[in-house]
Amino acid sequence: MTLTKADLAERLYDELGLNKRESKEFVELFFEKIRKALENGDSVKLSGFGNFDLREKNPRPGRNPKTGEEIPISARRVVTFRPSQKLKERVEAYTASTLRDKLGE
Amino acid sequence: MTKSELIDQLSAEQNQLGYRDVELAVKEILESLTNALSSGERIEVRGFGSFTLHHRQARVGRNPKTGSSVSVPDKHVPHFKPGKELRTRVDNLS
Repeated sequence: MTLTKADLAERLYDELGLNKRESKEFVELFFEKIRKALENGDSVKLSGFGNFDLREKNPRPGRNPKTGEEIPISARRVVTFRPSQKLKERVEAYTASTLRDKLGE
Repeated sequence: MTKSELIDQLSAEQNQLGYRDVELAVKEILESLTNALSSGERIEVRGFGSFTLHHRQARVGRNPKTGSSVSVPDKHVPHFKPGKELRTRVDNLS
């Protein structure tokens, strides 16, 4: 199962009563604002969920795994996500519940 | 950018929604994302990225203070993989 933007828009429609068009636009704008901040070099901190941080990567030698040919990998800026303590705990609870299922408790 | 700054920016651009609605909508989205991951579901947002769970094996850890060993049970941790559009837009700066 996969959660998509359509599912998120559906939630806004069901739970908050935004109309279909507003819901769809809102979800789109939500992710665009986060992209925009990151694009501008600003990290994004969503308390209770996690932080999107930016990291500068140095150039390093790479290799085409198929041909073995050496290709330099240029310096770049990448996004990393650090889940909040709360999100990690909720995800760990899932692991604990699947374990209980396995043990048939 | 913090959550409240995100709410401010969104409400500045959403004329049809009041501040309170924008606040609730942001909470609803974050809650839906959290619920999906904590029920083992993956999340896929085209152009932004995907969230999946990575499994961590059980291991023997150590209490750094006392040095005594403790067993750490296996668990899942959230993982984010940026999508192509996000990757290229972020890298354009450097």
